[in-house]
Amino acid sequence: MCDQTFLAATFGPCDSCGKASPLMNIYIKNDAINYCSFCMEVMACQGLQSGETLASLKKESDSLKKKLEEERGKLNDIELHQVAEKVEMLGALSIKTKRLLKGHGNKVLCMDWCKDKRRLVSSSQDGKVIVWDAFTLNKEHGVTLPCTWVMACAYAPSGCAVACGGLDNKCSVFPLSLDKNENLSAKKKAVAMHTNYVSGCTFTNSDMQLLTSSGDGTCALWDVESGQLLQSFHGHTADVLSLDLAPSETGNTFVSGGSDKKANVWDMRSGQNIQSFESHESDINCVKYYPSGDAFASASDDSTCRFYDLRADREVAVYQKDSVIFGASTVDFSLSGRLLFAGYNDYTINVWDVLKGTRVSVLFGHENRVSRVRVSPDGTALCSASWDNTLRIWA
Amino acid sequence: MARDMSDKEILKMELEQLKKEVSTARTPVGANCAETIAFVEEMLPNDPLIKGVPDDKNPYKGDKGGCIIT
Repeated sequence: MCDQTFLAATFGPCDSCGKASPLMNIYIKNDAINYCSFCMEVMACQGLQSGETLASLKKESDSLKKKLEEERGKLNDIELHQVAEKVEMLGALSIKTKRLLKGHGNKVLCMDWCKDKRRLVSSSQDGKVIVWDAFTLNKEHGVTLPCTWVMACAYAPSGCAVACGGLDNKCSVFPLSLDKNENLSAKKKAVAMHTNYVSGCTFTNSDMQLLTSSGDGTCALWDVESGQLLQSFHGHTADVLSLDLAPSETGNTFVSGGSDKKANVWDMRSGQNIQSFESHESDINCVKYYPSGDAFASASDDSTCRFYDLRADREVAVYQKDSVIFGASTVDFSLSGRLLFAGYNDYTINVWDVLKGTRVSVLFGHENRVSRVRVSPDGTALCSASWDNTLRIWA
Repeated sequence: MARDMSDKEILKMELEQLKKEVSTARTPVGANCAETIAFVEEMLPNDPLIKGVPDDKNPYKGDKGGCIIT
């Protein structure tokens, strides 16, 4: 009857046991394999230790997750917003658009400030990377990359180079020269090679090392001069969408967030995943360390931003509102860490009070999704990049 | 990479990671929150986006492209 019949497309000798029987045609890594159903079972069980099946691994994993939750739960004696009740309320913020940077021909996907607090680099879908002076609105450099969707760009700490990457699966570094006539594209150096798109990049404390995150599920640390892979970080089970370096001078950890809804904290020297947080309900689009280095925030497609404390090893605040239903694509903290700026797909930037968990203000102005927000290194301004082809400076 | 790994390998990787994480050192939330708040209070007076910057020091002063509706 129905429970015993299956669709047999071919009948013939099995590839492994040679007996003539109905064959199950399957493809493993693009090779066609025709086994009879018995050999199929045998093959599926190969590589498992005795007694181990997919189900038993899953059960063990679930029970460990529950144990982890319990351990973390024991330390959850009080909520952040409860401790923060004694903190003074913030006055009304007077943040307005002070500059509008026009010049990109298509969606602006990423931007980064220079350490000199006035220059910034931005990259867009049309393959152009532009270096701007935020005070004067001057465009200082412009490079065209051969690929579209330049999803990541970063300024070197010295201010002498920029790194950018995207759908070309590479992250390239360009030295910035003061000579206007020099062709910057010619001096491009491909440093990082991934097997899928590059979603984020950042220089470490010096110009010599570059950290990248990629759609292939890994993050990697590269030596800029030689292009050598110094360390790779495996642990995400889906695309890694964002990464951020810990702020301290001696910092050697970074946090990454991905489509597997997890945010992982890594040790750069050993390549180990030190801590992992899975409380979002959808892809994590952006992660950012807190100025003190002991916590980080994440923005997700589930329309919430969450705040995780690294020493308590758990989520301590969720920034959400019933009226906010669009995914958050980017977050950044103000200088003191009191404000959290989050850019959303409904074209707005919500400003949250980190301690109290309430929304302080909404910044309107962009005419399409906000793809990136970054506070300047001295905290005087916020720059936002958007799919409406412009960047705005708020101060 | 994660895409090339079978479900079994992915689960094994997750299991290894979980085993390590269960033994991480943790401190209570209350203590950490208090420290975070102390950090913020200390840095708050210097935060230009909250306290505002006097016009003579503000490099972005002067609205470019704003209009006042009366």
